[in-house]
Amino acid sequence: MMSILLKVENVQTHIGQYHILQGVSFEAKEGQVSVLLGRNGAGKTTTLKTIMGLTPATSGTIHFQDKEITKQATHHIASSGIGYVPEDQGIFGALTVEENLKVAMRKEDDAALARQEYVLELFPDLKKYWKKDGGHLSGGQKQMLSMARAFINDSKLLLIDEPSKGLAPVVIEKVMEAIVEMKKQTTIILVEQNFIMASRIGDTYTLIDDGETVRSGQMSELVQNEELKRQYLGIG
Amino acid sequence: MELIINLLINGLATGMLIFLLAAGLTLIFGLMDVLNFAHGGLFAWGAFSGVWFYGLTNSFTIAIIGAILTGAVLGFITEKIIIKPVYGNHIQQILITLGFMIVLSEMLKVVFGPNQIAAKTPPLLSGSWEIGDVIIIKYRLFIIVVGFLVFGVFQFILKRTKIGLIVRAGVMNKEMVQALGINIKQVFLYVFMVGAALAALGGALMAPYSGVVYAEMGMEFAILAFIVVVIGGMGSFPGSLLAAILVGLAGSFMAYYVPALSLAVNMMLMAIVLIFRPQGLFTAKG
Ligand SMILES: Nc1ncnc2c1ncn2[C@@H]1O[C@H](COP(=O)(O)OP(=O)(O)O)[C@@H](O)[C@H]1O
Ligand SMILES: [Mg+2]
Repeated sequence: MMSILLKVENVQTHIGQYHILQGVSFEAKEGQVSVLLGRNGAGKTTTLKTIMGLTPATSGTIHFQDKEITKQATHHIASSGIGYVPEDQGIFGALTVEENLKVAMRKEDDAALARQEYVLELFPDLKKYWKKDGGHLSGGQKQMLSMARAFINDSKLLLIDEPSKGLAPVVIEKVMEAIVEMKKQTTIILVEQNFIMASRIGDTYTLIDDGETVRSGQMSELVQNEELKRQYLGIG
Repeated sequence: MELIINLLINGLATGMLIFLLAAGLTLIFGLMDVLNFAHGGLFAWGAFSGVWFYGLTNSFTIAIIGAILTGAVLGFITEKIIIKPVYGNHIQQILITLGFMIVLSEMLKVVFGPNQIAAKTPPLLSGSWEIGDVIIIKYRLFIIVVGFLVFGVFQFILKRTKIGLIVRAGVMNKEMVQALGINIKQVFLYVFMVGAALAALGGALMAPYSGVVYAEMGMEFAILAFIVVVIGGMGSFPGSLLAAILVGLAGSFMAYYVPALSLAVNMMLMAIVLIFRPQGLFTAKG
C-alpha cells in the first residue's frame, strides 16, 4: 500500500472577488505521477498555487506528509519539501543558469551538490550554458532549468505546471523523459494538456472543471473512457 | 580648465551623496515595491546623529558608524511599524510615509532643538590640495571615494553572495523566490535596514559638506534621489550610480553656466529619459 503524500480536501480559493476554486479534492500517492486535467481556465494552475500558498485556500484543507499546510506561508511550504515549476517557468532572467540553481539551493552540502550533478546529467544543456543568463535560454532550456531548480532541494513532491506548453515535439519528448527519470526519486503532480503525454507518464488522473474536481481515478481507466475525454477534454 | 575640474568634483561629490540616498530607495522599490517618501527623513537623522556623535567623541569614524547604526535602527522601526501594514498598496504607502517623513523631521527638532546646527569637517579631511592651478577640496574627494567604495562593496554583495543573489532574484520575481523556500519578508526587512543605513551615511557625509544640518535637508535631497531612481531604472543599483552622477554633474555645471535652469535641469533630464527609455537607463527586472 503506497502512502498518501499530499491530500487536498474540498479546497476553495478566492482571488480578489473571484471564486476560482469551488471544491477541489484529490490525493497524490508517494512515488506516483498524479496528473491534473481539465480545460483552459478550469483551475489547474490555481490548484498548484493554492498548494504552494501563493493563492491561499479560503476553505478546505491541504495535508502534506500528514501535516496540515493549508494556512502556512509559501516559504514554509516550499522548505517542507515541495518544489514548484510554474507555468511560466519563473526563471530569473538576469541570473545565470548557475545562479538560478544557487538561489534555490537551501543547503550547499554534499547531498545538494550530488543532486546538482544528477540534474546536470539529466539536462546536459544546463551544463553547456552554465554561465548564460536565464533570460537568454530557449523555451525548452528554461523548462529544464525550472525543473532542475525545483528538484535540487531534495523535494519530496514536485508540482509541474504544463511543461510541454509552447515546446517543439522533440523537446517535449526530452522533458517527458526527464519527468519519468525524476519519478524514480520523487513524487510528482503534473498539469498536462497534451493527453498523449499525460496518459503515458501519469499513474492517476484528476479531472477539474469550473474550479471543481469532477472525477479521479487510474489513468488507464480514463484512457478507455471516450465519453469522459470528450466531455471534459474535448478529445476522442 | 581648473574651473571645469572644480565643477566636475563638485558635481561628482553631490552625485555621490544623492547616490547613497537613491541606492536604498531603488532597492526598496525594486524588491519590495514600496514607495518610501520617508527616506529623506532617515538622511536627515543620519546628518544630525553624525554631528552629535562627532561632538561627543571627536572621532569622525565613530560619527559615521554612529550615523549608520542610527539609520539601521530607524530603518528597523520604520519597516516594522510604518511599512509592514501597507505592503502592496501604493496610495497608502505614499500617505503614510509622507506623514512619517514629517514625524521624523519634527522628532529631530524635539531631540536636537529647532535651530540648524553647525557641522565641522574633521581636521584630517579639511583644506585642499593645489595641483598647478587646480584646487581640490579634500573633503569632496573623500565623499567621491566613499561613494565609489560603497558602490563597489554593494556590487560585490549583489553579484557574488547568496543574499545578494536572493535580493536580485526577488527584484525579478518575488513569488518564485518564496516558492523556493526563502522568507522574503525577512529579506525585505534587511534590505530596508540597509537602505536606511545608506541614507544615514549620506546624511552624515553631507553634514560637513554643507556646514550645517537642519531638519528639512532630507526633503530636498529625497526629491533628487527619486529623480535618480526613475532615471537609473527602478531596482537597478548601477543605474542609480550613473543617474546620480548625471544629476550631480548637471546640477553643478548648470548652476555655474545657466543658473536660472539649475533647478529645472533634473526634471528635464528625467523627462528626456522617460520619453526615450521609460524603463530608465538600466533595468533590473530581467
Ligand atoms: N489573478 C487572477 N485574478 C482573477 N482571475 C484569475 C486569476 N488567476 C486565475 N484566474 C481565473 O481563474 C480561472 C482558473 O485559472 P487557472 O487556474 O489559471 O486555469 P488553468 O490553469 O486550468 O488553465 C480562470 O477563469 C482564470 O481566468
Ligand atoms: Mg494553467
